[in-house]
Amino acid sequence: MKQFLKATVTTVYIVFLLLPIYWLISMSLRTTNEILDTTKFSFFPRNITFDSYNKIFTDPTWYMGYVHSLEYVGINTMISVAVALPAAYAFSRYRFLGDKHLFFWLLSNRMAPPAVFVLPFYQLYSEVGLFDTPWAVALAHTLFNVPLAVWILEGFMSGVPKELDETAFVDGYSFPRFFFRIFVPTIGAGIGVACFFCFMFSWVELLLAKNLTRIAAKPIAAIMTKTASASGYELGLLAAAGVLTIVPGAIVIYFVRNYIAKGFALGRV
Amino acid sequence: MSLELQNIVKRVGADTHIYETSLKLEPRSFNVLLGTTLAGKTTLMQLMAGIQKPTTGKIFFKGQDVTGAAVQKRNVSMVYQQFINYPNFNVYDNIASPLRVAGMDSAEIERRVGKAAELLRLSPMLKRKPSELSGGQQQRTAIARALVKDSDLILLDEPLANLDYKLREELRDELPKLFADRDAIVIYATTEPNEALLFGGNTATMNEGRITQFGPTSATYRKPHDLLTAQVFSEPPMNTAKIEKRGNNIIIFGNQKWDAGRAAEKLADGQYTIGVRPYNVSPNKIGNTLGSFDGQVLVTEISGSESVIHTRIDNSTWISQSHGIHSMALGSTAKLYVDLDQAMFFDANNRLVS
Repeated sequence: MKQFLKATVTTVYIVFLLLPIYWLISMSLRTTNEILDTTKFSFFPRNITFDSYNKIFTDPTWYMGYVHSLEYVGINTMISVAVALPAAYAFSRYRFLGDKHLFFWLLSNRMAPPAVFVLPFYQLYSEVGLFDTPWAVALAHTLFNVPLAVWILEGFMSGVPKELDETAFVDGYSFPRFFFRIFVPTIGAGIGVACFFCFMFSWVELLLAKNLTRIAAKPIAAIMTKTASASGYELGLLAAAGVLTIVPGAIVIYFVRNYIAKGFALGRV
Repeated sequence: MSLELQNIVKRVGADTHIYETSLKLEPRSFNVLLGTTLAGKTTLMQLMAGIQKPTTGKIFFKGQDVTGAAVQKRNVSMVYQQFINYPNFNVYDNIASPLRVAGMDSAEIERRVGKAAELLRLSPMLKRKPSELSGGQQQRTAIARALVKDSDLILLDEPLANLDYKLREELRDELPKLFADRDAIVIYATTEPNEALLFGGNTATMNEGRITQFGPTSATYRKPHDLLTAQVFSEPPMNTAKIEKRGNNIIIFGNQKWDAGRAAEKLADGQYTIGVRPYNVSPNKIGNTLGSFDGQVLVTEISGSESVIHTRIDNSTWISQSHGIHSMALGSTAKLYVDLDQAMFFDANNRLVS
């Protein structure tokens, strides 16, 4: 009985959780006409069609959206983690004036709504010629992702005893050699989790990404908002784009699945 | 190749971790740092290694001033209480790492690592990661890494404290042999007086950031200069009481009159503090000059063939450690005999006078 209850509750939960995703996939395989035909409800697509996917993979205005998104997300993840590594090390290993306040201030950066920063970023990037490049979005996203990465990495680093550093120095390691040969591999899981979170937040962020680009670096999320055409809404196409947007996140999360809980607790488990 | 600390002081913020300390360690010596937790043992070792810099004072090695020298330049090895190994390296690479950093050729590295692994019985697990080893094996890996290079200074910071009893006994026997024929100064920190006695060599007793005494272990144990050293170097804790010497007697616990005994007979009349090690207090009459008291039993610990009885007398706790099993009911009165010929006497400044 208990076993049965356990299985039922879990199954029901997962079904409800996956239902919207299933519906998205199902929509992406239908024609827009079938989707809009509300008189005939069907759980499965009547005529499966890959036209929507075909269009996305052949039309540069569509698939370049993914390329642009991956570009700035990749740049952002690399910058954020590279900058956060030394910062997190300092917070974890040294006591200095105002360290705790500075650490909290970092996190408070995440509390400001992105809309606040759109105008200054827009103006600044236009002035220096960064507007409509992947770098514009990547740099803007570091505002949120560097503090997050510092918090996550600091948690993981503080889990490594200080004696490891000292042992390495006693053994004759110089600081850079110790840091890259021993310390970075030791907190590899933490770096993976930090990368994942940077990737995720940058991937789903729309406001800055949309407003700091025009054509040359237009992200997929912005392209998806413009599916109304002369023939009305192309819902099938939109659904297909949605499915493809989930894929990179799913791939990335697969690699850090064992450490993700620790990551959500900012490494403090 | 001696190590000399000259007037070392270590302050962190407003706290003084090490008060002015001078110490000279001889070449090829085995030295024990004995003191309770927070006595400053680890800080002192880190100062010796160069991991921390002294606030004032100088450190000399082979007569050269190394006070400002970086730890990487000092040729030291260190083993911590926690099992510290490089988690991403296997056992072989862990042991080899100091040699690789020093740029030794690989044939020589292989020879040395093989030898160290053999010595510490790690040969079958050279390919494993530290996380796949037991605690004892992890610590042996750390010790092997400390052994593999020809360090001038080997620092062991309570290396056995986190091991379980059996392994601790085993490694405790092995350690002195491992370091015996090395041209190095070995320093071993411990909280356990018995460990210091087992290792011999020299002992420095530490208390609250100060070295209270330094000398050959047995001499430090038998003739502590002051009460503090005697207390640090006694397990179970030393029994103490204020006494008054009057003629051939001592007055103790307010009004009890005991014979002075060999240790106290030459003392001038006056106030002293008596110190008696627990194994000189017994329910049996052992010794020539005996004092006796009736203590109220607080707790009895019986371990195998030995009994430790904690009693309350005149608002202080006196402990007896004796052979045989003496089970005493809680709260009952125990008659205990003190071997006064073995007692120590300290003057008003807590200096040993007899």
